[in-house]
Amino acid sequence: MACIARIRDAQDEAAFARLFAHFAPRVKAFLMRSGADATLAEECTQEVMAALWQKAHMFDPARASAATWIFTIARNRKIDALRKQKRPEPEDLPWGQDPEPDQADVLALQQESDQLGDAIAALPEKQRVLIEKAYFGDLSHSEIAEQTGLPLGTIKSRIRLALDRLRHAMK
Amino acid sequence: MTDTMIKHHLTDALLMAYSAGTLPEAFSLTVATHISMCDECRARLASFDTVGGTLLDRSEAAEMGADSLAATMALIRGGAPVEKSAARRATHDLPAPLRDYIGGDLDSVRWRPVGMGVKQAILPTSRDATARLLYIPAGASVPDHGHRGTELTLVLQGAFVDEVDHFGPGDIEVANEDLNHTPVADIGADCICLAATDAPLRFRSIMPRLAQPFLRI
Repeated sequence: MACIARIRDAQDEAAFARLFAHFAPRVKAFLMRSGADATLAEECTQEVMAALWQKAHMFDPARASAATWIFTIARNRKIDALRKQKRPEPEDLPWGQDPEPDQADVLALQQESDQLGDAIAALPEKQRVLIEKAYFGDLSHSEIAEQTGLPLGTIKSRIRLALDRLRHAMK
Repeated sequence: MTDTMIKHHLTDALLMAYSAGTLPEAFSLTVATHISMCDECRARLASFDTVGGTLLDRSEAAEMGADSLAATMALIRGGAPVEKSAARRATHDLPAPLRDYIGGDLDSVRWRPVGMGVKQAILPTSRDATARLLYIPAGASVPDHGHRGTELTLVLQGAFVDEVDHFGPGDIEVANEDLNHTPVADIGADCICLAATDAPLRFRSIMPRLAQPFLRI
């Protein structure tokens, strides 16, 4: 997270290399699980990581963790390159132009993300695999709707927190 | 543009599929338009995106090419920073994602009559599902129909009533194979909806069925 700020403020290549070492191999694995061959996945991963650098000034650590932000960039690249479709995005909210986000918000968000990660990791194998398939294995939307084993309760218990955070951020 | 009066929201399955990036484009457009109007679903989507981020963060790693980082740095040096787009709120009668597909606001829609005063305009999306704007005059109805797949109907202006409930601006109805319904526009004002379907509708009377191939509904 601090890495993205250093890329934004100082074009720090060492900070970028650290982010790259962790996320690029995972973005590539995500694209390959979604149906890309190794060559296409490598090419798209480089594009995703380059987009991260070029959009670093748009990253708001009070709204999303670094992992979540990179996930959304990789997902959009997947839709564009693999599914050959456009991705309509919601209208952006007129968030206050706050260059230095509240550190308490950033910390709270990171803790929530960690807790969610632990909760998913602690799920029974079968349920965890279903979530992974929904996100990475291209389970269609009707298949998601029909899956009764999806542990939506685990996710929903985090929704209250997301709502509170949004209200706070919009003040 | 956000409306706290919204009663009918997106399902968890639709939000998860939108977050995962597996919806047909016509459905994504409808979901993005609803979220533009609904802060609650915007926050719920943030939760589902966090699930995606968490899964990515803790997933297994693939092996990168030997010169991968250097190649990425070359891409960065060759490209320009992406401009931050200004927030595009207010002074429009439609949310931004929908305006992008229409190419303007409601006055630029090219309506085609489909009978009984009802008009429609099909929006350009991928062919795995269809998105259309529907214009239903106050008090008029869309012919009684069922669905083979899923139909999303989002109210943009006015309101409609069907066998399920009353749907006002920002409300979205998620209908599946089990629902046969006859949406009727509220008598107070003409109703404009965005509707997305992933299979042709099934009309219960013969006349709309005959017209179906020509109207693409």
